[in-house]
Amino acid sequence: MNKLTAHGSVHKYGDNVDTDVIIPARYLNTADHKELAAHCMEDIDKDFVNKVKSGDIMVGEANFGCGSSREHAPIAIKESGIACVIACTFARIFYRNAINIGLPILECPQAAKEIKAGDEVDIDFDSGVITDVTSGKTYTAEPFPEFIKDIIDKGGLLNSLKK
Amino acid sequence: MGMTMSQKILAKHAGLSEVKEGQLIRAKLDMVLANDITGPVAINEFNKAGFGGVFDKCRISLVMDHFAPNKDIKAATQCKQCRDFAGKYDIVNFYDAGEMGVEHALLPEKGLIAPGELCIGADSHTCTYGALGAFSTGVGSTDMAAGMATGEAWFKVPAAIRFNLHGKLQKYVSGKDVILHIIGMIGVDGALYKSMEFGGDGLSELTVDDRLCMANMAIEAGAKNGIFEVDDQTIAYVKERVNREFEYFTADEDAEYEKVYDIDLGEIKQTVAFPHLPENTRTEEEFGDVKIDQAVIGSCTNGRISDMRAAAEVLKGKRVAAGVRCIVIPATQKIYLQCIQEGLAEIFINAGCVFSTPTCGPCLGGHMGILAAGERAISTTNRNFVGRMGHTESEVYLASPVVAAASAIEGKITGYKG
Repeated sequence: MNKLTAHGSVHKYGDNVDTDVIIPARYLNTADHKELAAHCMEDIDKDFVNKVKSGDIMVGEANFGCGSSREHAPIAIKESGIACVIACTFARIFYRNAINIGLPILECPQAAKEIKAGDEVDIDFDSGVITDVTSGKTYTAEPFPEFIKDIIDKGGLLNSLKK
Repeated sequence: MGMTMSQKILAKHAGLSEVKEGQLIRAKLDMVLANDITGPVAINEFNKAGFGGVFDKCRISLVMDHFAPNKDIKAATQCKQCRDFAGKYDIVNFYDAGEMGVEHALLPEKGLIAPGELCIGADSHTCTYGALGAFSTGVGSTDMAAGMATGEAWFKVPAAIRFNLHGKLQKYVSGKDVILHIIGMIGVDGALYKSMEFGGDGLSELTVDDRLCMANMAIEAGAKNGIFEVDDQTIAYVKERVNREFEYFTADEDAEYEKVYDIDLGEIKQTVAFPHLPENTRTEEEFGDVKIDQAVIGSCTNGRISDMRAAAEVLKGKRVAAGVRCIVIPATQKIYLQCIQEGLAEIFINAGCVFSTPTCGPCLGGHMGILAAGERAISTTNRNFVGRMGHTESEVYLASPVVAAASAIEGKITGYKG
């Protein structure tokens, strides 16, 4: 679950990508991960589910994941194969949820603004270094605090609570 | 250095004499909440993790409100899963159709939240209870599962923005207009990760219902929580409902705020948030000519009795415009009954409104008022994102009950002067 590196092509979005477009509420009558993933990003990018490949990277700008607390949103993104979400900032509940379910996310404003749709990107989670292979630029994301790193290392919140 | 209200509540629940902004803590919870959408995900995680039981059957609330009364077979299955779980673990505060209300109207009404308490809920609008001087914040289902099992959650101690309210509200301007004004001013990420702390001598102008509406929308500015100073109105509200001891907190004189805003309530006008973000606010003179197809009056933001009374005052003896559906949804069974007893239900029905049993329904495009492509709704709810109430080519305009009711009568977005 907790990959040390990721490599994939980028699906790019703008500011305030809200949880209603990540997974519209009309699909929240199920908790099935595959069913949720089948409608991921449907209201903002109808073609996403057809384009996305396992290991791809999602990039948004400010306030990614704002709105509802629905964990269905990071679940849908993770289940669709996305290996990491990079954004300038994340809405706080989405941030918590992503960590708690083991979806890697990185806050890196410069990378989030400059990386373009379709770019090939390499990520090293230990160092926080993001390399845009297409443009040749590298960026360094804020590392997680130890407390959060521990949750991620143990594969999510519930695993981290097990003695 | 002094602490804010939120920091004091977190410190107490973490068993610490002091906490600082950015500190990561583990704190004890007074209430853990989920609904029929987030509950099933939490229950699945709870079961998968193999927890043996819940930390306290009296401190968990499960409210079947979003897609309930069950809108389809899948929704029915999700409610059933919650019902079975509540039965298995003897959850005291399980609210099903017939008893349930929209969760954030129901919990304060039932006395399940008191000042100074710490609450997490698997619903982003859990921040509502800050109106009562509690620290209360939305989380996801995994946090909810862990909270149900351990009675604890992790928090990063937030910084705060202070809003000093003063002056007197103009007639027909409500808490909804104040919070829309504030979100318009600071933006949908203006309080990201932070507390929004409300106080000042203007507080007396705001009823507890106004404050619940304002704290409800703190999340729409990205805030971790919204919290109000406790005053006589809060104490009077809580004493009627809560019969346990509680301790409330005031911010230290030297508490640090990232920003302090002074807000003259007298200058705030009737305000509407245009599509597709709550920050996209306009005041009455800027409403323009926006024809509507639907008006929704209800929700965890504005489904309380004072909202129903305000809407009824506008709708009394009038008719909803031809071609407009006006859907009125009292937020709880108690409010529903009050509407009947006070004659409000009759006013709504005579005006040509739908008058529904409590549900979150249309707010999130669930049921009971979905929009088709090209349709517009004015709504007293809290979000107007793309596709929020139905088709991605529909539009939602956020407003107070008075403005929504007046707009329903006119068939277009309009202010109300009485």
